[in-house]
Amino acid sequence: MDLTLLLIQALNGVQYGLLLFLIASGLTIVFGIMGVINLAHGSFYMIGAYLAYSLTAWTGHIFWAVLLGAPLAALLGLVVERLFIVHLYHRDHLQQVLLTFGLILIFNEVQSIIWGDDPHSVAKPEFLEFSIPLTDVQSYPAYNLFLGVVCLALAGVMYWVVQKTRLGMRIRAGSSNPEMIQALGINTKVLFATVFSIGVTMAALAGLLAAPERSVYPGIGEQVLIISFVVVVIGGIGSIKGAFVGALMIGLFDSLGSTILRSMDHIELVSGLSVDNLTSVTIYALMAAILLWRPAGLYGRAQ
Amino acid sequence: MAETGVAEKLDQRTADAALAFQDVHTHYGASHILRGVSFRLGRGECVSLMGRNGMGKSTTLRTAMGVVRPSGGEVTHFGARANGRPSYRSATEGLAYVPEGRGIFPNLTVRENLVVAARPGRDGRRDWDLERVLELFPRLAERIDNWGNNLSGGEQQMLTIGRALMTNPDVLLLDEATEGLAPLIREEIWRVLGEIKRAGIACLVVDKNVKRLVEICDRHLLLVKGEIVFEGDGEALMADADFLHRHLGV
Repeated sequence: MDLTLLLIQALNGVQYGLLLFLIASGLTIVFGIMGVINLAHGSFYMIGAYLAYSLTAWTGHIFWAVLLGAPLAALLGLVVERLFIVHLYHRDHLQQVLLTFGLILIFNEVQSIIWGDDPHSVAKPEFLEFSIPLTDVQSYPAYNLFLGVVCLALAGVMYWVVQKTRLGMRIRAGSSNPEMIQALGINTKVLFATVFSIGVTMAALAGLLAAPERSVYPGIGEQVLIISFVVVVIGGIGSIKGAFVGALMIGLFDSLGSTILRSMDHIELVSGLSVDNLTSVTIYALMAAILLWRPAGLYGRAQ
Repeated sequence: MAETGVAEKLDQRTADAALAFQDVHTHYGASHILRGVSFRLGRGECVSLMGRNGMGKSTTLRTAMGVVRPSGGEVTHFGARANGRPSYRSATEGLAYVPEGRGIFPNLTVRENLVVAARPGRDGRRDWDLERVLELFPRLAERIDNWGNNLSGGEQQMLTIGRALMTNPDVLLLDEATEGLAPLIREEIWRVLGEIKRAGIACLVVDKNVKRLVEICDRHLLLVKGEIVFEGDGEALMADADFLHRHLGV
C-alpha cells in the first residue's frame, strides 16, 4: 500500500463524505425541527439521480440538468410536505415510518414505470472528461475533484444560511423550541415547508451531481438512506455541524477502511466476510463507539 | 332601546381594550381549566393576575396568546375576534408572551435570541430595537455573544423579556417573570417592568409577589379554580386580609 493510493482514497472519502452531508443535512433538520423521521429522504436522492439522467439526455449537458433539476426538486418537496408530511408533525414515530415507507414504495414504483429497471449512465461534461495524473500509473478523475469542490461550496452555502441569516436563526430556534418561535410571530407552517423543501433540494442535488460518477440504477435511494441515518445519529439529531463532521467521518472511514482491509492478506478468508461487509461492520462499530461515548451524538443535546 | 345602548357600550369597551376575554372556557383534554373568564385589559394598562398554583393563570395567558385554543367564549385583540388565532398571528397583532420557564433558545447566542424576534409593531412602530433592549438590560450587552444556555437564570429572564420587546408589542403577557431569581435580580426585573409600563405597553402580569404587583399594577384579577373571584384596584384587594390569606396565602 503506497501513499498515493491512500491520498486517492482520502480524496474519495472526503468527496463521498461531502455528498453524504448534502443528503444527511436535510434529514437531520427535518428530524430535529419537525420531529419527523423521513424514510423517503433517500428517494429524493434517487429522484435527483434519475432527473440527471433524463434532463442530461434532454438538454445535452449535466449542468443544465442540475440547474433545472434543483427547482423541480424544491417544488416536489413543497408538494410532498403539503400532501403528506404535514399530517405527521403531531403523530408518533411509528406512523411517520409507515407513511414515509409507503412513499418509498410509491417513488420506487414510479421510477420503475418511467425509467425502467436497467442501470443508466450519465455523461460527464466534456471538459471534465480527463484524469489528473498523480504517478506513472495512478490518476484522479477530474469530475470527482469537481464534485468534491461543488459539494464543499454547497455545504458552505448551507452553513452560511443556517449560521448567518435570519432564516437560519429561525431554523435553529425552531429546532430547540417550535412553540416559542411561533409565539414570536413566525408562521411555523411556512417555516416547516421551507425547511422540508430545502432538505429535499439538497438530497436531489446530491443525486444530480453524483449521477455522472456513480451511475443511476434502482435502489440507490435506500443505499444512501441507511448510511445517512448513521451520519445523523453520529452527529446528533438536528445538528448541521454534527451532520458535517459525521458525514466526513463516515466518508473517510468507508474509503480508507476498505483500502486498509483490502491490503490485509487473507482477511476475507479469516473473517468469512467480504471486504465490503467488513467495511460496513467497521462503520457501525464506529457508530456504536460514538454512541457509548456520547449517547446524543457528537453535537446532539442530551434530552 | 336601553338594552341595545348597554350592549353597544360594552362592545365599544371591548373594542377599545387591547385584550378582552368574554366568558372564556379552556380545556386541556378532559380537564376544564378556565370556567367562564371575563376581563378587559385597556391599552397601556397594567393588570395583575393572581392566584394559587393550578388556578388557571398560565392557561389564561396561553389562551390570550393563542398557544391553546379556547373551547368557548370570546377572546378579542383590539376588538377583533381572536379565538383559535394561531400564536404567530397574535404576535403580529401586537401581543408578546414571556412564558414561565423562559423558553430561550439555548442554541442561539444572546444577540441571535433577540434578533430572531425583531419585527415592527402592529402600526409599523420600530422603537424597540437591539440597541434599546441592551440599554434596558446592560447585563445582556455584556453577554451578547454567549450562547443562550450559558446564561444564569436571571439573565435568561432578561433575555426573554428583551426578546418579547423586540417584537414591538402593544401587550406583554408575563408569566412568573421573577420566579426562582435572586432578590437583586428580581428588583431589576421589577424596575424594567416599571419602565415597560411607562413606555405605554399594556401588561398582564402573573406573579406571586403581591406587594410589588400592588405597587406597579393599575388593577388586579384573582383567579380561583378557573374563575375570576376578584377584580379591582390595590386598595380594594388589600382591604380584606382574610380574603387575601384564603386565596393567596399571604
